[in-house]
Amino acid sequence: MSDSAPAIEVSHLVKTYGGVTAVSDISFTVARGEIVGFLGPNGAGKSTTMRILTGYLPANSGSVRICGIPVATRPGDVKKSIGYMPENNPLPEDMRVSEYLYFRGRLKEVARRQLGPRIDEVLEVCDLKRVRHKIIGQLSKGYRQRVGIAEAILAEPPVIIMDEPTIGLDPHQILIVRDLIASLRGRMTVIISSHILPEIEMTCDRVLIINQGRVVAQGTPADLRREMFGLSTYLLDVAGDPAALPAALAAVDPSLAVSATGEPAADGFRRITVTTARHDELGEALLRGLAGPAFRLRSLHRVEPTLEDVFLAATRRSWDTVAAKPAAQAPAA
Amino acid sequence: MKHFFTLLSHEIRMLLVSPATYVAATLFLGFMGLVFTKILEIYSSAPQESSPASVYFQLFWLPACVMVPLLTMKCLAEERRLGTIETLLTTPVTTAEVVLAKFGAAYLLYVALWGSTAGFFHILRRFSGDVRFLDTGPLVGGFLFIAVSGLFFVALGVFASSVTRNQSVAGIFGCVMLAGLILGGNALSDSAWLEQGLLRPLKAVVDYSHVFSHRDDFTRGVIDSRHVLFYFSGTVLALIFSILSVEAKLLHA
Repeated sequence: MSDSAPAIEVSHLVKTYGGVTAVSDISFTVARGEIVGFLGPNGAGKSTTMRILTGYLPANSGSVRICGIPVATRPGDVKKSIGYMPENNPLPEDMRVSEYLYFRGRLKEVARRQLGPRIDEVLEVCDLKRVRHKIIGQLSKGYRQRVGIAEAILAEPPVIIMDEPTIGLDPHQILIVRDLIASLRGRMTVIISSHILPEIEMTCDRVLIINQGRVVAQGTPADLRREMFGLSTYLLDVAGDPAALPAALAAVDPSLAVSATGEPAADGFRRITVTTARHDELGEALLRGLAGPAFRLRSLHRVEPTLEDVFLAATRRSWDTVAAKPAAQAPAA
Repeated sequence: MKHFFTLLSHEIRMLLVSPATYVAATLFLGFMGLVFTKILEIYSSAPQESSPASVYFQLFWLPACVMVPLLTMKCLAEERRLGTIETLLTTPVTTAEVVLAKFGAAYLLYVALWGSTAGFFHILRRFSGDVRFLDTGPLVGGFLFIAVSGLFFVALGVFASSVTRNQSVAGIFGCVMLAGLILGGNALSDSAWLEQGLLRPLKAVVDYSHVFSHRDDFTRGVIDSRHVLFYFSGTVLALIFSILSVEAKLLHA
């Protein structure tokens, strides 16, 4: 295992099932210690990509390296470097939690002497001590998910891959899982897929958005916002002459422009939407600039597009690209 | 094969906590007890030419066709149905280790169940006080036949479980294959039409794989290496096909 190699390197990965392309020329890299969110609509190819990363499924072409080890030629070594929690978290119904973890620990080649203390540790971390002697089939969904996470981190692998780890959990359990994943930051590389986007935004350093088997966007949530939406938006509740507002805004910063003006309310205040190409915070400057006698400013806030907006914009853009291709080819044909 | 014993002990444990195992064991021991009682009744009413041990193994095919599918139908089909095969094969274990461990566990249980019926003969000897009732030659030969043929039968059951994710289908498929091998071979060996012209080589194959004649040889104390080779090669083939079947399902998952 090379210490300098990235945790995950995926290059031109392609996977087809019976003529259907599930993953089409995907390339990305994940640095060591990074937590990456893997987003995409259902059927986008997330689970297939994750299964290829684990060595469970072979790819048609392309290469995957985990900690510098090629998955295609050394799947056995790769499997020692990963902890994997599949979608729906399949678990044996008739084993006790501690027995299951012991069995999995032995398969993952954790030394017998270290296994006991390590099981105690992961039971503690995942808040499973109360149910350690319970049969897995009798556990609630939340506990089962945590057993899956405990199993994934048991052998302290450098890379953890989790496919929808928070699916079906209540908000309290989501919070526990989020803290758990955040606690791995820096120590382990984590790649998680989820449909709960605020969850991903809070937990992950970087996001990969995949659609129709292709990476359609990748970067930090802030970078993606900039890439997808370009302009920053401020909403102002202001009273005064709207015709004088552009000049007042230009005095604050020349890039500020009024993009929408609402109808005035009974008290004379109206909602103004202001946009700017600048991404740094201009709220304080706006408050100062509009504090004069010409305007009365009641509220101001910056509108941040959510990760959901980014996700929708990125996937919509990829659909549009796909739809535009046949249209562009039609006249030529 | 680093993880074989970890997987084997796990599989044995899982078989021991499975209700299907106890259903199979109860049916088997009840049926064999009944067979043994019937044999004793026959022997107590009139003198017989063969020993009770050789008669006892004549009905081996019935528990083999029923019990082996019951023991093996769950092994791979259930793993695929639940999806636990995915978590299993993303640890540093190979498909061969998984299949062999499941085969090993089912085989050990099969042999242990048959072995427990040796107690019938011990009880007979103890209470009859006559050593002739414990004719060790046919008894050892019979159990040896069970052990050797069991390898192939259990491997066929494992193969049946590897081709489907529905354990009922696996059970029926296993039962059909075993009945085809044991009873089908017996029916074909008696067929006169197989002795004509071009079909003669087929007749030789049927005779070679005639399980009932193998049993008769074993219980007579004849250990023919060709019979042993037949079961060993059948076992190896069935296990190879089981491994390939599991891997093919992954490729087309």
